Amino acid sequence: MSAATTAVIGHDGWVRRLVGPIRRAASLLFSVALTFLGLTCVTFVIGRIIPIDPVLAIVGDKASVETYNRVRAEIGLDKPVYVQYWRYLLKVLHGDFGRSVLTSHPVLQDLLHVFPATIELSLLSLIIGVALGIPLGVIAATHRGRWQDQVIRFGSLLGYSMPVFWLGLIGLLLFYAKLGWVEGPGRIDVAFDGIVTPITGLITVDSLIEGQYDVFWNAVSHLILPSSILGYLSLAYVARMTRSFMIGQLKQEYVLATLAKGLSPFRVVWVHALGNIWVQLVTVIALTFGSLLEGAILTETVFAWPGLGLYMKNSLFNADLNAVIGGTMVVGVVYIGLNLLSDLIYPLVDPRARERR
Amino acid sequence: MSSTLAWRGWLLSPAPASRRQARLGGWYRSWLAFRRNGLAMTGLAVVLALVLMAAIAPLVADPAKANLQVLVDRLQPASWAHPFGTDELGRDILIRILFGARVTLTIVVLVSLIVVPVGLALGLPAGYFGGAIDSILMRITDIFLAFPRLMLAFAFAAALGAGIDNAVIAIALTTWPPYARLARAEVLTVRRAEFIEAAELQGASHLRILLTQIMPLCLPSVIIRLTLDMAGVILTAAGLGFLGLGAQPPQAEWGAMVSTGRDVLLDQWWVATVPGIAIFVTSLGFNLLGDGLRDVADARSA
Amino acid sequence: MSEAPLLTLRNLRVVYPGDEGDVHAVRNVSFTLGRERLGIVGESGSGKSTTGRAIIGLVPAPGLVTAEVMRLGDTDLLKLSERGFRRLRGKHIAMVLQDPKYSLDPVMSVGHQIAETHRCHFGSSMKKARMAALEMLEAVRIRDPERVYALYPHQVSGGMGQRVMIAMMLIADPDLLIADEPTSALDVGVQEQVLAIMDDLVRRRGMGLILISHNLHLVSSFCDRVLVMYAGRVVETCMTGALAEARHPYTRGLLASLPELGRRRAELPQLQRDPAWAEEAL
Repeated sequence: MSAATTAVIGHDGWVRRLVGPIRRAASLLFSVALTFLGLTCVTFVIGRIIPIDPVLAIVGDKASVETYNRVRAEIGLDKPVYVQYWRYLLKVLHGDFGRSVLTSHPVLQDLLHVFPATIELSLLSLIIGVALGIPLGVIAATHRGRWQDQVIRFGSLLGYSMPVFWLGLIGLLLFYAKLGWVEGPGRIDVAFDGIVTPITGLITVDSLIEGQYDVFWNAVSHLILPSSILGYLSLAYVARMTRSFMIGQLKQEYVLATLAKGLSPFRVVWVHALGNIWVQLVTVIALTFGSLLEGAILTETVFAWPGLGLYMKNSLFNADLNAVIGGTMVVGVVYIGLNLLSDLIYPLVDPRARERR
Repeated sequence: MSSTLAWRGWLLSPAPASRRQARLGGWYRSWLAFRRNGLAMTGLAVVLALVLMAAIAPLVADPAKANLQVLVDRLQPASWAHPFGTDELGRDILIRILFGARVTLTIVVLVSLIVVPVGLALGLPAGYFGGAIDSILMRITDIFLAFPRLMLAFAFAAALGAGIDNAVIAIALTTWPPYARLARAEVLTVRRAEFIEAAELQGASHLRILLTQIMPLCLPSVIIRLTLDMAGVILTAAGLGFLGLGAQPPQAEWGAMVSTGRDVLLDQWWVATVPGIAIFVTSLGFNLLGDGLRDVADARSA
Repeated sequence: MSEAPLLTLRNLRVVYPGDEGDVHAVRNVSFTLGRERLGIVGESGSGKSTTGRAIIGLVPAPGLVTAEVMRLGDTDLLKLSERGFRRLRGKHIAMVLQDPKYSLDPVMSVGHQIAETHRCHFGSSMKKARMAALEMLEAVRIRDPERVYALYPHQVSGGMGQRVMIAMMLIADPDLLIADEPTSALDVGVQEQVLAIMDDLVRRRGMGLILISHNLHLVSSFCDRVLVMYAGRVVETCMTGALAEARHPYTRGLLASLPELGRRRAELPQLQRDPAWAEEAL
């Protein structure tokens, strides 16, 4: 904080303390806005590079030149590119992604309808992955080189080398078809569909709120296989990163000092060392959630899960470009939002970052 | 025998006489360290096997045979005639796996060929010149870094149409940013080094310095990152194939093979399982190789 | 002086086995310590820090610690398990490290870390521990203990951080303090202050102090006895007052190469190392 700035603001205290964080937040928002603009550019380009002429798609081959030109002007394709882009941007900011060819609803409405299913699956998988992955990573780091470490490392390695769609198929084959331990594809049995009023959109939560326990159990038995598989894949990444961060911490001097104080190794590892890597773990968690969302296309195809991924895949195969672009935008925005969130949480968890200008 | 020993002695000599000897000696030592790591060697073996499979595929079997539909033979389990069985159109799965290896290798190589030059081309100047150039280039990099890879690849394939080329472009577009960052970080570490100054004083142009002095320093970390990324690229490409967006039928592609095997999963499980294992093992191999290379590099710099 | 010795060491050896030969970090170090101040002086690699770590049981793997005798009061340190050492650490033996920037947990407030030691050893409540920590902060002459309690390690200066470290390690009232280069990371003026505080506390509580340093001047001003170590061995033991009559050529070399105020020399003599010193027994 330069002397000049202090002089301008005039006094110490809360005003001065706010300037730093405000400046940082502004810079962050600027980054995000820029990234968002970039995303719209890319999706705009995608929308325009289709080899199919959208005008022809509307007027057909037999139309006259005048009709063609008229429709073209109507759609706005006669305007220069930057004008088209500007119009596109405005529409996007209003949430207007056009209409779905398939359902003829506004794309945004469709997206909001299917998104909760994806969230439910991704959230549960994330919770499994993080709740198991972090402790496993810590254990691997504290037992470095020994069998626990080898097993955890190898398990993680297998986890992120596996194609999720293949693992899903194997899982269905084994646990559903052969063993009958879990329910099969789909989110809920037809018999139970629609009984529960969607409040949060998550069937498990809603059914509990309403006390519909058989719906709840049915939903859970559908959820359990895909979320375990996705959970395992998330766990692999989280455990590996946690292990790596922990090993970095265990080399630090303060670990030696806290041991010299007489604290138990348990406390040194799980309170002190873990406390120091929370910041990095937050980023890892955000990234994991992001990849769960974007991998939804594959997962939901395998499990016939009626979420965003399945919607996008069906849109693709029905040449519903509006829906595909809309879905990409939504996921892109969430992805960017997750990055922003982890950047904002950073100073809350790490006191050193609060000082940063 | 004695000549090999002589070579070894020359390579490991503690007092190398020429720059070439020193450099070769360094590589040899790294190789020895790498060789000690069993898992890394396994990874290397897998990658080499992939290349081998891709190379011998047209030699071992008639390319037509990969797509030869002998419907009478459809859905046969493993046997001497068909070691991995046949698929729903009577095609031999082993041969299709071999040809699928070609597709996988093609994608890996093409993506690498795009990603590394683009990344270096943006990262090196950003770090070297700094200032506004740095800010702009890094903003662009950050924007691409924030994009969801599979989703964008999917959207691109949706717009451009299915096919290997589009899949490669789509994957490459979201894979290059880390390399720009890597290159930039490397440049920043050596930017003020004396040997750079010496080159400048000798009259070397910026381009020459970047290409001859700085770029070679980036290569080790780039190669390691590339190997590890390829494991993920293989999975993404297979995912696209699974969705029908990669190589088109009747071309053999592992992801697509898993997808078609889905229909007969219950009784003829091998049709979907075997190509999936191929994808898994290949990705695992790249991961092991990359980890092994990184361990050697860490030990060297430690 | 003192009655029964606090710490007895005879032929302490610390070895790090390695692929390319074992590294003998400490060779046959012996001394006894009462409730007095002992300084261990040596250059890097002399084994002085490792000796300190061996006493508190924190020699990192794969180091192996052996000795004929290693006793703290009545407790046999040789036969002690990790759990046994844990009971000693903080409560009977304490260790102060070099740089508070690195040796304090960066994400916990300093006061909390001091209180933590108290809670660990006395099972006290948060409130009691906090009060004890505040008292301790006053004892190390920190002027605004309430305010400093809530600060984080990166927010305090080096000298204050080191005082916090001392507070943190002495709050459970140990008998022996091992200070490993406690002032090497501090500015000269601050060094004196911190050492004075440490010295004061040690005297008042009747503790034993082992001050490990590379700085001969520092050690001789604060300690009663000096041990000079070289290549893992003790090459000289003497009372501080008698340093000028030191016999071993290494010590003489050290003394000669130290600049002195008020004494003019055209050139500072360089210490010439004789490899034979590494082999000698005491």
